[in-house]
Amino acid sequence: MSSIIGQPISRVDGVLKVTGGARYSSDIPLANLAHAVVLHSTIAKGRITQINTTAAEQAPGVLGIVTHLNAPKLHSISFAQPGQPPSAVGRSLPILQDLVIHFSGQQIGVVIAETLEQAEYAATLVQVTYAEESPITNLHTVLEQAFYPDKTDALGQPLETKRGDLETGWAAADVQIDQSYTTSTNNHNPLAPFASIAVWEGEKLTVYDASQWVQNVRLVLAATLGIAISNVRVVSQFVGGAFGCGLRAWPHVTLAAIAARHVHRAVKLVLTRQQMYTFVGYRPQTVQHLRLGATRDGKLTAIVHDNLSPTSPFDEFVESTTNNSRVLYACPNVATTHRLVRVNAGTPTYMRAPGESVGTFALESAMDELAYALELDPIELRLRNYAETNPETGLPWSSKSLRQCYQIGAERFGWSNRDQKPHSMRRGNTLIGLGVASAMYPVYRLPASAMARIAVDGSVLVQSSVTDISPGTYTVMTQVAAETLGLPISQVRFELGDTDMPEAPLQGGSMAMASVGSAVQAAALALRGKILGLAIADEHSPLQGVNKEDVIAMEGRLCLQHDHSIGETYSEILMRNQMTQLEAQSSSMPGEERQQYSMYSFGAQFAQVHIDIDLGMMRVARFLGVYGAGRIINAKTARSQMIGGIIGGVGQALEEETVMDETNGRIINANFGEYHVPVQADIGKLEHIFVDEHDPHVNPLGVKGIGELGLVGVAAAIANAVYHATGKRVRNLPITLDKVL
Amino acid sequence: MNPFSYVLATEYQTAQAAILDRPAAKFIAGGTNLLDLMKEGVETPPQLVDINRLPLEQIEIQADGSMRLGALSRNSNVAYHPTIQARYPVLSEAILSGASPQLRNMATTAGNLMQRTRCYYFNDSTVPCNKRVPGSGCPAISGFNRIHSILGTSEQCIATHPSDMCVALVALDAIVHIQGSARNRTIPLTDFHHLPRETPHLETVLEPGELITAVEIPVLPFAARSHYLKVRDRNSYAFALVSAAVALEIQNNKISAARVAFGGVATKPWRDQAVEHRLVGADPTEETFRAAAEIAVRDAVPQRFNAFKIELTKRTLVRALTQVVAMPGETL
Repeated sequence: MSSIIGQPISRVDGVLKVTGGARYSSDIPLANLAHAVVLHSTIAKGRITQINTTAAEQAPGVLGIVTHLNAPKLHSISFAQPGQPPSAVGRSLPILQDLVIHFSGQQIGVVIAETLEQAEYAATLVQVTYAEESPITNLHTVLEQAFYPDKTDALGQPLETKRGDLETGWAAADVQIDQSYTTSTNNHNPLAPFASIAVWEGEKLTVYDASQWVQNVRLVLAATLGIAISNVRVVSQFVGGAFGCGLRAWPHVTLAAIAARHVHRAVKLVLTRQQMYTFVGYRPQTVQHLRLGATRDGKLTAIVHDNLSPTSPFDEFVESTTNNSRVLYACPNVATTHRLVRVNAGTPTYMRAPGESVGTFALESAMDELAYALELDPIELRLRNYAETNPETGLPWSSKSLRQCYQIGAERFGWSNRDQKPHSMRRGNTLIGLGVASAMYPVYRLPASAMARIAVDGSVLVQSSVTDISPGTYTVMTQVAAETLGLPISQVRFELGDTDMPEAPLQGGSMAMASVGSAVQAAALALRGKILGLAIADEHSPLQGVNKEDVIAMEGRLCLQHDHSIGETYSEILMRNQMTQLEAQSSSMPGEERQQYSMYSFGAQFAQVHIDIDLGMMRVARFLGVYGAGRIINAKTARSQMIGGIIGGVGQALEEETVMDETNGRIINANFGEYHVPVQADIGKLEHIFVDEHDPHVNPLGVKGIGELGLVGVAAAIANAVYHATGKRVRNLPITLDKVL
Repeated sequence: MNPFSYVLATEYQTAQAAILDRPAAKFIAGGTNLLDLMKEGVETPPQLVDINRLPLEQIEIQADGSMRLGALSRNSNVAYHPTIQARYPVLSEAILSGASPQLRNMATTAGNLMQRTRCYYFNDSTVPCNKRVPGSGCPAISGFNRIHSILGTSEQCIATHPSDMCVALVALDAIVHIQGSARNRTIPLTDFHHLPRETPHLETVLEPGELITAVEIPVLPFAARSHYLKVRDRNSYAFALVSAAVALEIQNNKISAARVAFGGVATKPWRDQAVEHRLVGADPTEETFRAAAEIAVRDAVPQRFNAFKIELTKRTLVRALTQVVAMPGETL
């Protein structure tokens, strides 16, 4: 029956993308477009004493300059509501309202000119003087100022937990691992710099933006500018990558709107690569303390996981790293905490597998250390602590295939050929290491809506305001609608990324398919139901009076399941009813199942690392991920997601580090030359396997989401492989070659 | 970016006149470094003089067998030149270990000599830098200096010379041909770049108006057994943490001649003749190489974040020499 879902269908927007036809937010062709360049602070802490814009205002082509001196009054919005979906705003303090500088790269104004070059040049003529103070740049120097934030993160995960009795746990432990692990600041670095075009028509504002959540940008703009939500439209049809930094409405979007109103023109504002390191958030560094206790036979008796991470001077963002330490293993005694330290930096934000990826690096490194301490195979140790139910809530899993993931992965990867002894596998000057880690990610789902409309020619348009940051959302939603309506995908067009379309949640937390896919299916079913209703009630229809349940949709027709010859096409039904089109809108939301089952995707990830014995240069020669992630809608786009996750993980493990100068608080490697992401030469053979998994509980489509899962355990698997190769346990990411010399 | 004027030169006279006409004017060839620096406000030339039309693209084998690389010969063309690949593999390897194919297709031989350091602080026009603004200070010395130099540094500057190509060229005794407005001259590449000392803003011996016309590589038969080894943070598109350009002549199982230069660790392309002297006359063994490596780092001055480069330099040299010995080729 499933003819379209699951197929490796090429992206429906692929041709547009490779021919330049896809319009990203900076590509919208508007007449009379002016260009904006953002001014930002060059100091990290202090006050502006003067901004002199006289010379800049007289520069050729300049249309206007907005600073705190002439900015409109803007409104503060709350940064986060605990327990609610990720909060909307990139910064609760509105910009350009005062003279205070909180971080280097803070927006302090905007220059608008006829051309980009004129705006850039004029921006260099703006003279800013500061009263500079010494910034806090190193969280280790202000540990005494660490504080405990709110009790849950924005996705509702608890930040401080305790179960069982730790003293009992330690007393029962024959072996303990007690270590600190650190991860570095990372930036999302989507290939396309973010861009916003703002257009005012009277009181109505339209913003073309690079976003993962247009409804959210709309809310934030309306609240910040103090205008009615109904007067704001946000459009984001193509996004050149985001990885989480498009989840919030950042200040530059507001600046674009202000700039457009200031010059009474449509204004385009494109961030520089450098600004992408300070304007749109980052994955904060973490200092994690892990303490594990286990019996001699490898049963965990206690886990303590404490996390420290920085946040900005004005907002509280928590990188919640301990989720998997609470639920991955069947351990009776577990405590977790998070603390924050304020530093002079912008507010951090979600980056692919936020919390889970860096937290799992710590947890799964510690588990590897425990395996060595116990002289147990790392997979065997994990199996001895396999959680048959959620160890925190006691709820049954909606489905869990982790055991199969370990088994299939070990077999496929040749795990049994591994000599557990470190520094034991070598070929010439190359040390070889094999490492394993578990991956786990929650299955989130939020309410979503979609509209489906069929035309008399049988073609269908489906819309929802979800975005497509490039995982292939256009394609997979088209597949769901086509399958549900029994149409070829060529007959279905899916449109997205516009607040005029039905409401959709964020495209983050791997929940778009579960949330919006369910809504698309519901809308398609509703449309099918409406058409069928017409036919059943129609004496001229071969389907008159049949039971709805006996009817299926296939090949553009509705027909009886037991006799396909009895039925008719959508077009025939519409034409007979003198309809040019028919539409249905439907919503879909999670229900009681979420109180009855614990819902996660799982995986086992295997790395083979080659390291030069003298020089320390490293290469991930092989990587295998095996996942239980529910139903896979599109094998081809899913593969892209999984290998992208591995490559992102290679960067996190071995290369990526945003460096802030400790004295002046500036990001010193804010470019692709010096902030290293993996190149082709760093990547060997990548493989993934999806275990066949049918989950009837998670959502109507049975999907779990895969965007984050592929990254979660990668860094840990690589770090464990580095240990196996070298005998050096590197607990600080990234594992650059100097750390293994 | 600053506004600037642009002159397209088709002969030396107009090129040099246009340079002398506007103080701080710059020649532009491939532009692979200069344009980036202009966009960041690090370089602010009031005038660019485009020399791409000058007849300097040739790669020639001269009568005596030496090679003459025209100033405008593109990195790719030099690297893939069959004679260079055969006679000077170290040069071909050095070029191909740097940048990306797109950049190498644009970048020129002379431009490689003139490229600026990738020191983070030099490249951020909002912070002090003695190289950019003499006397303003060096935030690298107190800052994050993992990529900085351990050799040839001064109290004023620890910026690393970024070139791979120049490291091979100094090992090969390359000679720079310079055309001035009054006279022409040649200078060994080893003397072309200044040490930073008290004046890190003065990087080369070029006088105002002088133009590099060619780089000449003398005949060096044993360079057919030469090698460039580059150690870096990722396997492509990264500057060297440490690199070594080496060539060995081995006769009767003794080293009879050697060339050794380093990149990634010094303020200029770092030829080290003391290391070569230690090698010459000795057996080509690991023990010899280790002893030579100790000499290579004898004057190393580590900073807070780059002390690992001392050990890495030694290991890189030992590996590079070992690889050259293992290269196929005549052992006399």
